[in-house]
Amino acid sequence: MSTDGTGQDGADTPSAGAPSTDAMADIHGQGRGLVQLITPSGERVSHPEFDPWVQDITDEQLCSLFEDMTVVRRIDVEATALQRQGELALWPPLLGQEAAQVGSGRSLRADDFVFSSYRENGVAYCRGVDLTDIVRVWRGNASSGWDPYSINMATPQIIIGAQTLHATGYAMGIQNDGADSAAVTYFGDGATSEGDVSEAMVFAASFQVPVVFFCTNNHWAISEPVRLQSHIQLADRAAGFGIPSLRVDGNDVLAVMAATRVALDRARRGGGPTFIEAVSYRMGPHTTADDPTRYRDANELEDWAAKDPISRVEALLDRKGLLTAALKQQVKDRADAVAREMRTGCTTMPEPQPLDVFKHVYSTPNSWLDRQQDHYTRYLASFGDPAEAVSEEGAR
Amino acid sequence: MIKEFRLPDLGEGLTESEILSWKVGVGDTVSLNQVIAEVETAKAVVELPSPFAGVIRELHEQPGTIVEVGKPIVSFEVSDDAGTPSPGPGTAASSPAAPAAPAGPAAGQEGEPAKRQPNLVGYGAVVESSARPARRPRNRLPVVESVQVIAPVVESVETRPVETKAPVVASVEAQPVEAQSAGTRPRSTPPVRKFAKDSGVDLALVAATGPQGLITREDVQHFLDGRSAGAAPAREAGAAVALQVRQGERETRTPIKGVRKFTAAAMVQSAFTAPHVTEFLTVDVTPAMDLLAKLKGSREFGGHKLTPLTLAAKAVLIALRRNPALNARWDEANQEIVTFNYVNLGIAAATPRGLTVPNIKDADSLSLLQLADALAELTEAARAGKTTPADLSGGTISITNIGVFGIDAGTPILNPGEAAILALGAVRNMPWEYQGQVALRQVLTLSLSFDHRLVDGEQGSRFLADVGAILGEPGMALTMV
Repeated sequence: MSTDGTGQDGADTPSAGAPSTDAMADIHGQGRGLVQLITPSGERVSHPEFDPWVQDITDEQLCSLFEDMTVVRRIDVEATALQRQGELALWPPLLGQEAAQVGSGRSLRADDFVFSSYRENGVAYCRGVDLTDIVRVWRGNASSGWDPYSINMATPQIIIGAQTLHATGYAMGIQNDGADSAAVTYFGDGATSEGDVSEAMVFAASFQVPVVFFCTNNHWAISEPVRLQSHIQLADRAAGFGIPSLRVDGNDVLAVMAATRVALDRARRGGGPTFIEAVSYRMGPHTTADDPTRYRDANELEDWAAKDPISRVEALLDRKGLLTAALKQQVKDRADAVAREMRTGCTTMPEPQPLDVFKHVYSTPNSWLDRQQDHYTRYLASFGDPAEAVSEEGAR
Repeated sequence: MIKEFRLPDLGEGLTESEILSWKVGVGDTVSLNQVIAEVETAKAVVELPSPFAGVIRELHEQPGTIVEVGKPIVSFEVSDDAGTPSPGPGTAASSPAAPAAPAGPAAGQEGEPAKRQPNLVGYGAVVESSARPARRPRNRLPVVESVQVIAPVVESVETRPVETKAPVVASVEAQPVEAQSAGTRPRSTPPVRKFAKDSGVDLALVAATGPQGLITREDVQHFLDGRSAGAAPAREAGAAVALQVRQGERETRTPIKGVRKFTAAAMVQSAFTAPHVTEFLTVDVTPAMDLLAKLKGSREFGGHKLTPLTLAAKAVLIALRRNPALNARWDEANQEIVTFNYVNLGIAAATPRGLTVPNIKDADSLSLLQLADALAELTEAARAGKTTPADLSGGTISITNIGVFGIDAGTPILNPGEAAILALGAVRNMPWEYQGQVALRQVLTLSLSFDHRLVDGEQGSRFLADVGAILGEPGMALTMV
């Protein structure tokens, strides 16, 4: 289905060139092409199966998808700068994965629930997260950034793949409630090697619960290339669990949207789980503490830069005559404003106080905790001014 | 107002970073997030975006300096309503909560650390009042006050570890601890210990100026400065040369680090572990140069980069097949000789950051055309500084092309772990014996060093003769493959 070579990224066809026998073909499969609706050069290609799922996307909505992706990229760049300036301890960049996150995030309903990894800050933006809350944890000021129920998105999971279990569990709850909402879990290619993800998929298939496994294959699990982790396409792993899967160009916002809508529709109708492999690329480091030039070929980066998710929508808008100076200015202003708001929110965030550690342990009163808090309060008091005790504890 | 930017922890738990270069100068106007410097941490080379919009007033550290996390590196003049509204971790020094942080000996009051200590995710909490409770002394090593009064700490509520030998004295004026008592490990931090070790300094000899006898990087540096200043005159005097001892501009002192340090260590290890033998062979390579010209004009090779190095590399690969002893490694630990059944061909490359020897993996399986392309790719990557660590490791034999510098011959030092290295001299027009007469021929000299533990004179000589035979008459390759 791909006409531009997006599917020929090496990692997808590990058996290419190797002597092929019938038995091997069985193991490796024939390799699926990617669902693609916008080519890297910005051409809208028709697809009989998936076009209907995005036919409601008007020019105006296409512009707003462009805006959201641009804003998300700006959030990412600004946060990376904040880390370099010592304002954040760490940041996991999502550069290059904007379409996968915005395309899927914008397909969700408010009553759906997201369980993501730490890299889905673009999804969080689409869920309407407060910009300061995005950086709260990364500044080390809180153990979680936001109230999950305020935007129906759990706080990002740091443990690789653990969130898939939470999503399956939540989806079992939806099923028990008889609701038609869905749980969506985001994870990377590396997570598919984790036991948690396998378990989550086993339970999801067994109970046919309304959960969408959204795997952003960004090709690198820190320094481990995806081809080392899987000798078949990641989407084909789902078949082993009896879960239908889709494989889309993760840098194509419309294709991602179509695939997510297909999966959500199946979930809402009681059709059970779906696995989506969004084939994208992590253009930046794993986190700001990583140096990808030590393990990654610069040419690979160049190849993927040519498939940039934002520039292809920009090119499409240009073809349609929609890329006006006014639109560009509007998008830039919005990105600037968002970056400014996040920076201000980050740098003016109040420092946490020692007793804050007791705040979010139990939602109901707990005598043990009360006792500990009492002891700790008196202990702090023994230092005189509690403010001074902060530095004492913090510096240890 | 002036705002300082302190070096943040750019990775997770880093204590120092090296300023590679400044992208701005004093007086430059910079915008928020404009790249102002390139910094190398233990983990990565990263660009530093400016935290303020304003004018650069001062660059506190020079390129090439290793800076501790938390030290000011640049000052900005910022208009009062610009910049970040409130100081964050990176600008905590301007916080009113922080006292004017005293540096040096005076900072030792009550054992309070004088500055924020790097920890896992930042550089710790703000240093606040020095009035911390005396009952919780952080330091468990004895601090000897100048007056030598030793008294137990009365208010101690903590169970003290049994190995604590002497009670802590609240030092009002922490003097540099001149010498640690025998058996006591001098107090310092891991990065400083490493610095001292790398510099060959015994910490026990270093006077500490940090809080509670902590030896700082400056102390070690000071000791080093003192040692070199003290040692130099003695040597000069011995030579009886009437030269000024202080001659700041007459020499440049460059810290040994980075690629230079690595190269030095590798060369010393190689030169003093593997007994080197070097042999020379001068060859009339006119036929090879003719072949090169012919290939360049051919359809298959046209447009590809072909040089004498290409043919020499191929000749080495062919000759290795007949002389596998040169494609081997001495495994001291296992008392085994490892003979490689593949060739990862290293090519010494002068790069902007120093000498590197990237290698072409499985070069023996490449055709001449593939080899030519691999060589071109490798040199291009090396020049651009894009050589990956994988390219640098796992070499089995190397070639160094000193001919490009117009040099004829030399004694190359083995790339550590390899059994042989071939130096390729310059191709020169020389009067040479040709068909019984003297003619002007194209001649080059091959210099081969090999590890005599692994390779005997016979094997080394045969290998070199084979390479020479191919370069002297490429058709000879037909007799070898």
